[in-house]
Amino acid sequence: MSDVKDRVEAPTPPDQPELPKLGLIGWLRWTWRQLTSMKTALVLLFLLALGAVPGSLIPQTAIDPVKVSNFLEQHPKLGPFYDKLGLFDVYKSAWFSAIYLLLFISLIGCVVPRLQVYLKAMRARPPKPPRNLNRLAGYQSFEPAGTDGDVLELAARELRRRRFRVELYDGAVAAERGYLREAGNLLFHFSLILALIGAAWGALLGYRGTVLVVVGNEFSNSIAQYDDFSPGRIFTPDELPPFSLKVNSFTVKFQTDGPQRGAAREFSAPITYQETLDSPAKSYDLQVNHPLKVDGTSVHLLGHGYAPKVTVRDGKGDVAFSGPAPFLPQDGNFSSFGVIKAPDARPEQLGFEGFFLPTAVIDQRGPVSVFPDALNPVMAMTAYYGRPAVETGKPQSVYQLDKSKLTQFGDGKGDKLRFQLAPGQTFKLPDNRGSITFDSYDRWVKLQISHTPGLHLALAGILLAILGLMGSLFIHPRRTWVRVRTQDGRTVVEVAGLDRGPERGLGDEILAITAALQPADALKPVEKPAEPPAEPKQEKS
Amino acid sequence: MSPETYAHISNLVIPTATVVYAIAMMSHALEWAMGRAVVVRAEAEKPAEVLVASGGADVVQTASGTTGADDAARSERVEAASRIGLMLTWLAFLLHLTGVVTRGLAAGRVPWGNMYEFTITSSLAVAVVYLLFVHRYKLQWLGLGVTLFVAAVLGLATLALYTPAGPLVPALHSYWLVIHVSAAAISGGAFTIGGLVSLLYLIKARAERRVLAGGTMSASLKRLPSAEAMDGTAYKVLAFAFPLWTFGVLVAGPIWAEYAWGRYWGWDPKEVWSLVTWVVYAAYLHARATAGWRGRRAATIAIVGWFVFIFNFVGVNLLVSGLHSYAGV
Ligand code: HEM
Repeated sequence: MSDVKDRVEAPTPPDQPELPKLGLIGWLRWTWRQLTSMKTALVLLFLLALGAVPGSLIPQTAIDPVKVSNFLEQHPKLGPFYDKLGLFDVYKSAWFSAIYLLLFISLIGCVVPRLQVYLKAMRARPPKPPRNLNRLAGYQSFEPAGTDGDVLELAARELRRRRFRVELYDGAVAAERGYLREAGNLLFHFSLILALIGAAWGALLGYRGTVLVVVGNEFSNSIAQYDDFSPGRIFTPDELPPFSLKVNSFTVKFQTDGPQRGAAREFSAPITYQETLDSPAKSYDLQVNHPLKVDGTSVHLLGHGYAPKVTVRDGKGDVAFSGPAPFLPQDGNFSSFGVIKAPDARPEQLGFEGFFLPTAVIDQRGPVSVFPDALNPVMAMTAYYGRPAVETGKPQSVYQLDKSKLTQFGDGKGDKLRFQLAPGQTFKLPDNRGSITFDSYDRWVKLQISHTPGLHLALAGILLAILGLMGSLFIHPRRTWVRVRTQDGRTVVEVAGLDRGPERGLGDEILAITAALQPADALKPVEKPAEPPAEPKQEKS
Repeated sequence: MSPETYAHISNLVIPTATVVYAIAMMSHALEWAMGRAVVVRAEAEKPAEVLVASGGADVVQTASGTTGADDAARSERVEAASRIGLMLTWLAFLLHLTGVVTRGLAAGRVPWGNMYEFTITSSLAVAVVYLLFVHRYKLQWLGLGVTLFVAAVLGLATLALYTPAGPLVPALHSYWLVIHVSAAAISGGAFTIGGLVSLLYLIKARAERRVLAGGTMSASLKRLPSAEAMDGTAYKVLAFAFPLWTFGVLVAGPIWAEYAWGRYWGWDPKEVWSLVTWVVYAAYLHARATAGWRGRRAATIAIVGWFVFIFNFVGVNLLVSGLHSYAGV
């Protein structure tokens, strides 16, 4: 189609002549023109698609840092190479950002001039008929019964009824329809810009963090309380709203039969929260898909697990540790790994490491959990001792034991010490070094606290984009002309149209318009009235 | 009725639907076999005419106009086989629909909690899109391809992917999920139709080029619509799919993700591949508007888009793990 080409080329202002020599300005202009050309947009779109792929196949730091470090361990040669290419953080890598920034610039550079062209075109009158109407698809001609003026007036009325914009010329009626198609297209591209701004805003200013809260405990919203926290590039900590919450209880139901036995069916965590220190406490039932919104911040329930409550006594009989210790689930049946640290135990400090098994069964591999609910809770542990540690001030993970200065207890038969505890049971460590009691267990919940500004902007952008897209794809722009001509002493009315959309074909509208212009008795028999002619009819007289 | 009864009905009806699709396919295969003969006869009678740009129906009409009553009867039988194929497709579709609905009733939720359910639901979407457009865009010639595809996918689901009905994990509860998956499935059905049409377009366009170079075209290819008409059909079907896909994966999906996981976009593999699909089809629409890219190159992009879509829901589920992977695959 010829007119697609002129529309695509339209952004280039016609009044700026091509510079014969490419000076700096000329060169810049050339680059700009290349960048904002439709072909470049196409290439950049493909690059964007291609560039997004590796991030879905190679582990990503932003999604699963543990997998990334495993990958680095397993591929000592490939790993660092990938790392250099930014393949572990594709969506923040320089090259990926370059692609979408170029696309973004290209998009702006493309649609802004098109907007100007469109605003002009919108006020334009439907153009005069081309000289050879009979070259157009669906061309029809007939000899009118009434006068010229009657036919043209009838044509104008009929075309207006069909929602054309109509312009009267001498001896002809020109009509155009579907101006909103280009408007839809522009709305689509502009709204994409809007959506991208919304998304960028959220990525720069937002934050997201997670925290494990043992049931019965409180959380107050400050960075120090988070287990992990990922702020946007220009986020500042004083933007955190000062709310606090307390997890009152937690219930979870598991499927007890069928192939999905053990899958969680329902979580719910009733909480009480305060928006600020001195605002009244409110309660809320936190569930999956049912987040709490406080002050623009969302609190999501992401997961749960067990925290065995233990009491550790040292060699002197003093309590060295008491309370719940969160263990992290390792599989679908919640076999949970964790550590218990008693650095204050004397004469020597103590440490424990092992599994909490909610429904324990002993098989040949040792104790494992066979169901996620706590039907038969057992702790399967081993223990360490060592010289009292010097306070280094270095932060230590609560989920890992630093065993470099500790010695593992033996079982007296040359093997490492292993023991199991049911609730209420106590295990005495060898050589009177102390004891550990498994008192009971608590549950913990993993909460995610996040704030994503610009979310509504992004949403509005995409919705407007879809609206524009529908206009752009489903509105059929077309021109229609009706002309009265005298040919060899006879008066002939010609009707023809031009489809300006990408889908070709005018359907049978030209035939219908022609029929409306002819008095019923003058209707010429048409060969196949129902079908639009496949080929342009060449009526030569 | 109890969930067990529903599950039982579903398990009976889905394989039946598969068989009926297969019979519909055979009817269409017969249509093609007989249609070939008609075209070949017409060819023999009118060797001078090059039937490049006309559709199948036109060719048949020419044939009945110029040859004896024998061919008229034959082309009538071709028409009948085509109609029976379509009627059987409707029947198979109704059974298929019943199977999907009772599956949902059995599980007490939307029927796309695992790979088996997603497969029966999305192949239903292919049938929906085909039946929706079969008259409007004159898609009868695609009957063989569609029934073959749906029967094969449904057969695979029944034999290889079957999982007994059970409830969903909590993260999957939400009506945004219903909207998200319906939109994705229907647009996926349209991507499939668009991909099939584009595939046949490439074959037909090559044959037409060969004819222009003085070669000949096989009788079955002559029965297909002209390459130009197929190009237009593919565009219309994909133009229907693209806004719906945009809504499904860039609006409904993120809203659901925001509720379930507190982030509307997290570069999860499934999200990445949905975006890649979207970008490829945006490129398709651009390509058609760029001079010189319409036709063969555009069709190639449409086929790439279809493969990307298929990979997203087969490959990503099976090969890559992420938040979206289904339980009980
Ligand atoms: C984020 C990047 C882009 C996306 C996702 C995108 C998407 C689309 C889509 C889906 C259409 C089809 C609508 C229709 O057929 O009318 C379209 C049309 C169009 N796009 Fe883009 N576009 C992007 C960037 C650009 C850029 C940078 C340019 C400028 C070079 C551009 C120029 C056009 C033009 C001229 C049309 C109209 C085609 C026609 O009239 O059929 N687009 N775009």
